[in-house]
Amino acid sequence: MSYMKKSPWILHYDGSSCNGCDIEVLACLTPLYDIERFGIINTGNPKHADVLLITGSINEQNISVVKNLYEQMPDPKVVAAIGICATSGGIFRECYNVKGGVDKAIPVDIYIPGCAARPESIIDGVVQALAVLEKKAAAMDAVPAAEKVGA
Amino acid sequence: MNSILFLIGFPLIPALLLLLIPNQFMRNWITRLSAVIIGGASIYCAWQFMGHGNQSFAWQPQFIDQIFFGAEMVLALYLLIRCIRIKPHEWYIPILILAQAGIMVYCEFVCDVPEAAHTLYIDNFSIIMGLIIGIIGSMICVYALSYMRDYHKHNRELKDGQRGFFFILFFFLSAMFGIVFANNLVWMYLFWEITTLASFELIGYPKTEEATRNAFRALGFNSIGGLGFALGILYLVRFAPASIHTIELSELLKPEVAALALIPAILISFAGLAKSAQMPFSNWLLGAMVAPTPVSALLHSSTMVKAGVFILVKFATVLHGTLAGGTLALIGGVTFLMTSIMAVTQSNAKRVLAYSTIANLGLVAACAGVGTPETIWAAILLIIFHAVAKGLLFLGVGSIEHKTGSRDIEDMGGLIANRPGLAIIMLIGILGMFLAPFGMLLSKWVTFKAFIDASPILALLLAYGSAPTLFFWAKWMGKLVSIPAGEKKATDKVPADEWWTLSLLAVMTVAACGLFPLISTCVIAPYIEDATGRVISLGYGTIIMMTLMLAIIILLPLAFLSAPRTSMRSKAYLAGANLNDVSFTGSAGLVQPIQMRNYYLATFFNEKKIFTASILITIVLFLFMFGAMIVCR
Amino acid sequence: MQIKTALFGIAYILLAPILGGLLAGIDRIITARMQSRKGPPVFQPFYDVFKLFEKRNIVVNHTQNFYVACFFIFMIVTGVIFFAGGDLLLTIFALTVAGVFLALGAYAANSPYSHIGADRELLQMMAYEPMLLIVAMSIYMITKSFHIHDILAYHTPLIKYLPLVFVGYLFILTIKLRKSPFDLSTSHHGHQELVKGITTEFAGPALGLIEIAHWYENVLLLGIVYLFFAALNPAIAVVLTLAAYGLEILIDNSYSRLTWRFTVKSSWIVAGIFGVGNIIGLAVYSYFLLK
Repeated sequence: MSYMKKSPWILHYDGSSCNGCDIEVLACLTPLYDIERFGIINTGNPKHADVLLITGSINEQNISVVKNLYEQMPDPKVVAAIGICATSGGIFRECYNVKGGVDKAIPVDIYIPGCAARPESIIDGVVQALAVLEKKAAAMDAVPAAEKVGA
Repeated sequence: MNSILFLIGFPLIPALLLLLIPNQFMRNWITRLSAVIIGGASIYCAWQFMGHGNQSFAWQPQFIDQIFFGAEMVLALYLLIRCIRIKPHEWYIPILILAQAGIMVYCEFVCDVPEAAHTLYIDNFSIIMGLIIGIIGSMICVYALSYMRDYHKHNRELKDGQRGFFFILFFFLSAMFGIVFANNLVWMYLFWEITTLASFELIGYPKTEEATRNAFRALGFNSIGGLGFALGILYLVRFAPASIHTIELSELLKPEVAALALIPAILISFAGLAKSAQMPFSNWLLGAMVAPTPVSALLHSSTMVKAGVFILVKFATVLHGTLAGGTLALIGGVTFLMTSIMAVTQSNAKRVLAYSTIANLGLVAACAGVGTPETIWAAILLIIFHAVAKGLLFLGVGSIEHKTGSRDIEDMGGLIANRPGLAIIMLIGILGMFLAPFGMLLSKWVTFKAFIDASPILALLLAYGSAPTLFFWAKWMGKLVSIPAGEKKATDKVPADEWWTLSLLAVMTVAACGLFPLISTCVIAPYIEDATGRVISLGYGTIIMMTLMLAIIILLPLAFLSAPRTSMRSKAYLAGANLNDVSFTGSAGLVQPIQMRNYYLATFFNEKKIFTASILITIVLFLFMFGAMIVCR
Repeated sequence: MQIKTALFGIAYILLAPILGGLLAGIDRIITARMQSRKGPPVFQPFYDVFKLFEKRNIVVNHTQNFYVACFFIFMIVTGVIFFAGGDLLLTIFALTVAGVFLALGAYAANSPYSHIGADRELLQMMAYEPMLLIVAMSIYMITKSFHIHDILAYHTPLIKYLPLVFVGYLFILTIKLRKSPFDLSTSHHGHQELVKGITTEFAGPALGLIEIAHWYENVLLLGIVYLFFAALNPAIAVVLTLAAYGLEILIDNSYSRLTWRFTVKSSWIVAGIFGVGNIIGLAVYSYFLLK
């Protein structure tokens, strides 16, 4: 039985967001929405995280950063692009410095549109991301257990 | 008895040979051979006398006293001639040398010096010291062969005086054996002064201005102690009441004269405190670190400074229960606390080791001052483990310095990848210094228990002092085990002489830890029983636990090395700004290398302030100790 | 006697993680309620650890998990020494060994955050070591023994003679339990200090091991609290021990993090005033008692 769904830890990264979506993400952690009920913890450390919540679009400066963070997350992991900027670049899509949405840098599993995305949408999106996470965990389980736990 | 005479006399032969023979190949083999002979002789001596209690010998060949007196005067004259090079602020040194010589002349010609019925002796404690000198001392001499060769290669501007260097090393070993086996205090005084001379010459070996000044400081501080020793002898032959009108150590240690023997005991212990660099004399040892590393290992951690605490532990039964003894213990305890704190602020590896040495010697001094059977037991354990582990660490630092060019801890990062052998040896040494189940920790545990029963103040000093020791040792280990990405194994090898010595010492460190119950029961406990009449025993549950922990520490790395590597490699977390394994993108897009430095707490523990405070405290304690010596018995 | 100690040791090895995990879960619920939130289910710490073991093991350096394994094993050894009735002083020293291994693991990772975290961990250890030794020392001065079963068998609750020492111990317990204001080297999940400080570079199963080792440690630390109340009715003693833990949770939520300078200074001063003060008080008290 997989416990991925019962204890998803998130890493929250602001790509080039105006902070609107970020504030909504943090609002989810407040007593009003309290996502710690679901065992979700906001860790600041990719090595401890299962779900990467990214807001804002990808530009020249942050594309390597996002790739680095994604690489440093251990499997299984999912990425949720929050807000329309992270999905496709939003209203800044045509700007000279904006490359586009998060999928220009890393594979995205869930797109949560909105400007800013509401906490209800974010929670809904994360719950769907967890379903994807479980599928990935199951696929990883097909690999022998010895390979997962290192020396 | 012949083996004792052999140990004292034999090292003079290689000393002279190494002084006279210029051929390097022959010298190397003379050194190695002599080391084996001396080591073997000390083992044989131990085997011969172990378990037979305290034995004394009446070795008194014709004119030996006069010969030794003559040697004493020659020594004083030689030092006075060397004092031509002193600076004005070192004015006190020739005065001290003259005073000491004057006292000895007065004793010899004016006073009635009693005959010493037994001039030499041996007991388990002397055997332990003899083994330390014979085995560790001679190993260090072998190490010095390749070390000095590299030393002069790196320092071409220095004059090559290796012949004199090795002469003094072996001469020193001879004197050290003399100290631990001499029952005649006048003879011990001569050997004591020879070690002071050896220290002076060896510290000044580089002949630089810094080295010369430090050598004179060592001479000066040790002469202050030497004056105390001379005054002790003067008291014994001129002012002492009839029952202790003797120059034999064994007579002074008899339980029935303990109260009377306090004055000479304190005076001679004063010499011991100076020689083991207790506060306020610590600076000479710190300064002595400019000497080549074998000197630091041999004289200033494993043997000579041990002579200082050796005499303290010998007098422990006399110091027991007296106010003066308690004050002496406090001096040791305060030294331990203060030097442990100051060691945190040092990044120069040799200075850390020096401060740590003084701290451990302070602990031994504190044990000796208290003088209960448990503390004497703890003191001897501390001496054994410290001699082995600290010697190992000093030699290790020496080898690291020659291979990497630096003795700064900050430059030792990644050593476990770069030079795994050296790093592991250093780790064994450091573990031996502070971690359970290793020796020093054991000794500290025993000491703590002994202190709580005898003197809560000392227990508190130990509690506060052991915290900083944990900090600076673990910090150093952390530097050694960190592996910067891309660090490759170095290709040039550590010289064979150094490698053999280091490995042997490392094995001895681990063996001493594993065998400590055996050492304690078979060697130390009988000595304590003889000296104090009490029987010491270890708790079996604890022994089992310690052995188990030791086994785990040894087996775990082996298990790890044989297990398959299945984890995925990733980069360190740097907020995603990683460029590659060794650098990241800093502000304004500049490429920065990944660098880390340890905390040194230089402003939190202000070395100057702490040093000044401890000098003041210990001077007051010394005055109090002398006052208590005269007033209370 | 031997069987009994062996049983206690085995009981500790098997039950302590369960107890520790439940304690951690209750901790999070109480914390959440203090913050007007609902909080996770009480078994959440167990879900966290199980999830961690499902993750792939990712390392910066292949030696770092070795040190974590040593930390884990030595933490268990420490607890076994304590709960099997062994020597209190040896327990404290073994605890030091375990802590040093964790710090070494963080050093081995060669990352700035874990490096400073490790330095801070050592600073924390330096801060609480005197008080911890004073606890052992003062208990010895009353019960004349370091052995746990002798201490447990003592006829009077130690809290009666050592109230100030107990307060001092609670002070450093805040450091050991990694609670604000002293969570300098790493903090509980949900908080960040230097990102994750000493545990920054550990992932997956290694992190899970560290978690479980912390549970073992917490049970051990509360065991030492229990020593102060041992002579009372066991139920009351347990309640008082849990109350002490509750006090720690309250302190955690009331204070924000302070500096390492303050931590070291205040711990040493507290050890001096409360620890030494209690001992002096005892000496004076017994002197007048004997008169």
